[in-house]
Amino acid sequence: MTDAIIELVNVNKSFGGVIANRDVSLTVERGAITGLIGPNGSGKTTLFNSIVGYHPIDSGTIRFEGREISQLRVQEIARLGLLRTFQTTRIYGKMSCVQNMQISIPHRKAAFFDMFAYERAGVIERAEHLLAFVGLYEKRFLRAGSLSFGQQKLLEFAMALMNEPTVLLLDEPTAGINPTLINGLIDRLKRANAEFGITMLIIEHNMRVIMNMASKIYCLAHGEMLAAGEPDEIQRNQNVIDAYLGAH
Amino acid sequence: MSRTSLHPITIGLLLLAGVAAPLLFPAYTNQIAVLWLMIVFASTWDILGGQMGYNSLGNIFFFGAGMYTSAVVQIGLFYDVGMYTSGARTTHIVFTTAQYFTGFALGMMAAGVAAALLALATSWIVFGLRGPYFAIGTLGVAVAGAELIASWEWVGAAGGISMPVFPGAPEVQKLFFYFLLFGLAFVVLVFLRWLYSTNFGLAINAIRDDEEKAEAMGLYTGRYKRTAWAISAFFLGIAGAIFGNMTGFIEPRDIAFPTTTFNIFMILMVLLGGKGTFWGPVVGAVVFHVIKEVTWTYFLGWQFVALGLLIVIIVVYFQQGIVGWLMEKYPERFGIRVAPKEKQDLARPASLSPQPEGAE
Repeated sequence: MTDAIIELVNVNKSFGGVIANRDVSLTVERGAITGLIGPNGSGKTTLFNSIVGYHPIDSGTIRFEGREISQLRVQEIARLGLLRTFQTTRIYGKMSCVQNMQISIPHRKAAFFDMFAYERAGVIERAEHLLAFVGLYEKRFLRAGSLSFGQQKLLEFAMALMNEPTVLLLDEPTAGINPTLINGLIDRLKRANAEFGITMLIIEHNMRVIMNMASKIYCLAHGEMLAAGEPDEIQRNQNVIDAYLGAH
Repeated sequence: MSRTSLHPITIGLLLLAGVAAPLLFPAYTNQIAVLWLMIVFASTWDILGGQMGYNSLGNIFFFGAGMYTSAVVQIGLFYDVGMYTSGARTTHIVFTTAQYFTGFALGMMAAGVAAALLALATSWIVFGLRGPYFAIGTLGVAVAGAELIASWEWVGAAGGISMPVFPGAPEVQKLFFYFLLFGLAFVVLVFLRWLYSTNFGLAINAIRDDEEKAEAMGLYTGRYKRTAWAISAFFLGIAGAIFGNMTGFIEPRDIAFPTTTFNIFMILMVLLGGKGTFWGPVVGAVVFHVIKEVTWTYFLGWQFVALGLLIVIIVVYFQQGIVGWLMEKYPERFGIRVAPKEKQDLARPASLSPQPEGAE
């Protein structure tokens, strides 16, 4: 039996009369890349938001490293090492790339007076190393807001790595990125997974990308878990095909 | 923003300006003293309003709270406060030199601490609000403070308090308060330069740029916001203590909690100078103070019309402020680098380059 790092059991979430997630169960294994797919409006992002504590769930259990986290707030969950990136890229636009990285250090053990700590040489070095890793080293002193959308996406990914998360939830990492850059991004995601040992749960619409990366894929449709399995099984699953083509 | 302290030349120039001003313009000592107070107002408002993106309309609350705390301490150390402030009092009370200065020193410290504690207490309410709601919520705190004091007999209610009289010649008194306010402004500038160079500066900038992202990254946003609010309250409390003693008579609505004058001035000065910049509030305070003194002197009766006009002009045409405009025009001088324009962007006019978001 492999080691489950995130475990969702029968999670329900509705907004008024709209049921966004109904009895969703899902397991993310430690060290693996897990994919989450589904047509637009199927409740993928809602599920992400539930996991990171953005809104309370109606019922069900969410466990991270064996600990129930469905009652915790966003910041507390982030400090446990469960980090998310946003579908619409979010960076600190008026600060330079290096500053964006500096403030993304893990705040897990930050004590009160750490608020007034200076930049340490180690932090800068790590920031520059990671910026080089995503290919933004030359642009490190530029204002983050002046970067292109794709570059901001890379910066957001580097910021997430700076935070040394245990698990990274990526909401459509390749959306809006120039097709030639996508291969580079896939490569970096895989390397982050292999070299830094970061477990990943990825929402993705680009089938080529997700089939290429994930070892296990879940498919949501109309808020319910439609199918789960290895990429090959999912690709052959008639229910999944119907859901995407609208026959559901 | 990476420098941890002001440049020695800057410090030297500041000290020189502070000492030379009352010697060169002895007739304007009081006006220049108030200018330093304005710099304190603008710089402390900018901690939240500029650097953290929380536009407060209630900072004046801490100014008044400090003023009254100091008054109560100064009087209460030697006399019964209720008796002192009573309208029925007929005896004349004189403070000895020793009493005056011990009381004032302790009062000033108490004012800073009390204001900071009040900031922490109110932070639980106001930081539940964002955007315009935060502005209105903080304004509510300031108005409530004024009304509370105005109906509190023990501290003289709306009638106010005559502060202990300075034991010395008027010329000495003038210089004494001048140097206190200059010293405070100097300490505030040195402190803020250091503060903005630490992680604290980065964190409140991150909150300004995207608070939800900062939360998602695990930043202790609440802790940073409360501390920022308490820091500006601390300095405003001390400023209130000094200003209360300088005017010699305090009352709640026009002197301690002037929500429509000082409270608006601090925001206006920051907008004029450039919010979110270190020198913007200082430049704004100087320009604004000169404009204000001129209109108050030569267009008396029309001064608020002139002021209103200035507000409209700044908000409509000049949102980024003087320093903000300079930074946009000559970013390299300020150590900011923006992405070099790509080829297809060459046709774009410069005004389309990333601009600071409006005044919110």
